[in-house]
Amino acid sequence: MNVIEFQKLTKYYGDVLGCKDIDFSVKKGEIFGFIGPNGAGKSTTIRTMLSLIYPTNGSVLIFDKDAIKYGPDIRKNIGYLPSEVFYYDKMKVIDLLEYSASFYEHDCSERIQTLAETMELDLNRKIQDLSYGNKKKVGIVQGLLHSPDLIILDEPTSGLDPLMQQKFFQLIKEENKRGATVLFSSHILSEVQQLCDRVAIIKEGEIIDIQDIKTLKEDTYKKITIKGEGLNHGKFKIDGVSELQERDEEVTFFFKGDVNQIIKIISSLTLRDLVIEEPTLEEIFMHYYE
Amino acid sequence: MNMFIFELKQLRFSIIIWSLSLSVGLIFFMAFFPVFSNDTLAMNDLLSEYPEEFLAFFGMNSDLPFTELMGYFALTYTFLLIPISIQSANYGFHILSVEERELTADFLLTKPISRGAIYKAKLWAVLSTILITDVILFAMSFASLYMFRSGEAVNFKGTWVFLASMILFQLFFLSVGMVISVFVKKVSSVLAYSMSLGFGFYIISSLGMMISSNVLKILSPFSHFDPNYPLIHERMNIERIWISIVVIVLSFITSYILYLRRNIKSL
Repeated sequence: MNVIEFQKLTKYYGDVLGCKDIDFSVKKGEIFGFIGPNGAGKSTTIRTMLSLIYPTNGSVLIFDKDAIKYGPDIRKNIGYLPSEVFYYDKMKVIDLLEYSASFYEHDCSERIQTLAETMELDLNRKIQDLSYGNKKKVGIVQGLLHSPDLIILDEPTSGLDPLMQQKFFQLIKEENKRGATVLFSSHILSEVQQLCDRVAIIKEGEIIDIQDIKTLKEDTYKKITIKGEGLNHGKFKIDGVSELQERDEEVTFFFKGDVNQIIKIISSLTLRDLVIEEPTLEEIFMHYYE
Repeated sequence: MNMFIFELKQLRFSIIIWSLSLSVGLIFFMAFFPVFSNDTLAMNDLLSEYPEEFLAFFGMNSDLPFTELMGYFALTYTFLLIPISIQSANYGFHILSVEERELTADFLLTKPISRGAIYKAKLWAVLSTILITDVILFAMSFASLYMFRSGEAVNFKGTWVFLASMILFQLFFLSVGMVISVFVKKVSSVLAYSMSLGFGFYIISSLGMMISSNVLKILSPFSHFDPNYPLIHERMNIERIWISIVVIVLSFITSYILYLRRNIKSL
């Protein structure tokens, strides 16, 4: 069963393209990644799902209902965490969360307490006194307090320290186990790899590929940099190496394939330094973004 | 209901401050009446020195001279209507735009409620705010009339008719503020907008009085709701007020439709 189904969704802001012909679905129980650089159209797509903006063309079905026409009904079961969080500054955290809870039919007070404990959030402080990271925690709690069936996260990790990020991912995984479907938008590949089952790649408003994370991982390039002397000998011209730049002092390239093969070559050399790193999103999707 | 109460709570300081300052302004003005009435002759002499146009600009009317109690009351309200219009315009510009200005739209508009329900809750909240201010202002009006009347008669009916018509005056500025706030991309400063609207219409009306221009008088609610008219005729100036009523109805309908269709952009 599909929880989200985009049908040729297109949004123009006047002449400016927001997103075009978005056409993919997310199955029930999936954690679906939505990845692309800033300004690619991720937020536009997500905001259409929440009827914050209206599509120019096409539509999106959520729980098999049109997201605009049945917006209020659908949103009973959506939890949303925006990339930038802003709340009524003068309110106390607990008052804001209770106000948020008052829009849902069931009682959420216990859930507020548990979530606040997990995220180590002080409920009695005023929102204006909170740091950015703490505001983000308020966002997380208010997005999850009604135990939604669909969780939409729009670049949720900015402002969270690594420890909190892990707790947050744990929370999302638990929600997912409970049965919630998750749409996770990000421009950081490692986050998406850690959490998601499938990922859609968006560029300049259009979806250019949808991949399983498994295949993506097998496909993953390593970015290798070696430093030493007399390295300009062409030993790295083998299958799986791309973007090879050879100089006497330094060689860099991307490698995809059996790592042992490349380690053998490297171990035969005398090096001053070796760096093996995950390529950045831009690098890994280079062939998409060229 | 939760939204209505929330919005009303957000406005509670505004209710207190506006009611208090309008009441203080009213009583302060009215408290000077006994001094004027003692010196009617000197005052009339002084005023006859000024050209008619000058007096008209400041809302003074020869049918209801401000040396009489009801004339003085009308003059007081001619000036008081400016802050009253600014208050209503303030709510109008503020109420639908606050979510976007303070970036809380992503919170409220993603809740399981329709835009229509949000519009209604917000509208009821500002209407209640205006009505609360009015109850206080009405009480203060009668209190100050009776306190400072210096033996003159209070035109009870005329006063009621004027105060009742003032609610329409407030609705005019509220609805026009609302419709402008959904027409423009972003209301960055509510006060700048509402002051321009309030003073703008006041000046149009004053110029209209000064040069006896009917076109200008028809344009401005300040002349539709000129306090002299109900205080002299004991009825509303229907020939003019219907224009305001049409504007109010159209503004509410248009702002409702535009709010429902509005695209809420992120940062």
